Amino acid sequence: MKASIVVFPGTNRERDMAIALERTTGRKPTMLWHRDAELPAGTDLVVLPGGFSYGDYLRCGAMAAQSPIMAAVRAHAERGGLVLGVCNGFQMLTEAGLLPGALLQNASLRFLAMNCTMRVERADTAFTHHFQRGQTFQATMAHGDGNYFCDAETLKRLEGENLVALRYEGENPNGSLNAIAGILSPNLRVLGLMPHPENCVDPLVGGTDGLPMFTSLAESFAAA
Amino acid sequence: MKLRVTVFPKAGVLDPQGKAIERALGGLGFAGVGEVRTGKVMIVEVAETDAARAKAQGEEMARKLLANTVIESFTVEIL
Repeated sequence: MKASIVVFPGTNRERDMAIALERTTGRKPTMLWHRDAELPAGTDLVVLPGGFSYGDYLRCGAMAAQSPIMAAVRAHAERGGLVLGVCNGFQMLTEAGLLPGALLQNASLRFLAMNCTMRVERADTAFTHHFQRGQTFQATMAHGDGNYFCDAETLKRLEGENLVALRYEGENPNGSLNAIAGILSPNLRVLGLMPHPENCVDPLVGGTDGLPMFTSLAESFAAA
Repeated sequence: MKLRVTVFPKAGVLDPQGKAIERALGGLGFAGVGEVRTGKVMIVEVAETDAARAKAQGEEMARKLLANTVIESFTVEIL
């Protein structure tokens, strides 16, 4: 699988993401700079990693969503290419209109740096087929603005079309509507989620609960 | 010409900062404080000299960047 990770000023999780992808695919992902205008030819997966792009100025992800590279990411998504946005990357995807809704400030007003448990609602996508539907797993989270919001009509559509991929299990940590932790595009090729599965791929550091996401991605392309 | 762009969370969108301020005002002894909403005000200088065109430009800026119309509404005024 050919993966590219986009780095913005203020991104800080790109190396964790690169480790998770390299371990599972055996291939180093390409790091792209936000000013690049094109993806490397043959890119299968584009990752928008976590961090605090542009210091979260204006709104989280708002500036990054206007970066030159985003036109290429949008074209990739429109071709049916895979896009994964984690944390700040999820915020960028909503700001860019690649996923619906928005991430508001956590209902508690607190920055949350903690583990959370998620339930897998869709185990039939390129991102999640190594999980079981209904399975719960742990991931870390580190965000101030992870409170998923959308209007009632969009929420009805997301639920009706089964586009909620992941939900918080147990206590809803940030106030997200319907405890939504991650959502998919209608063609199931774009996934945005707030918690960090890439930080749970090593038994020595936080366990390996996040690994199935990356082995799923690796296998999606081994087969292709 | 200067534009004042005011951005607020839409009605029904949770504004936890507003809620916190509301509680803090109550805590300070201000009686009868109702709902508090927080927002942003941006002053944008533009070269355009025609008021209607400047306002239209400000509205386009708000739609494309200054506001997220999924959660926020905005107004543009000429100063």
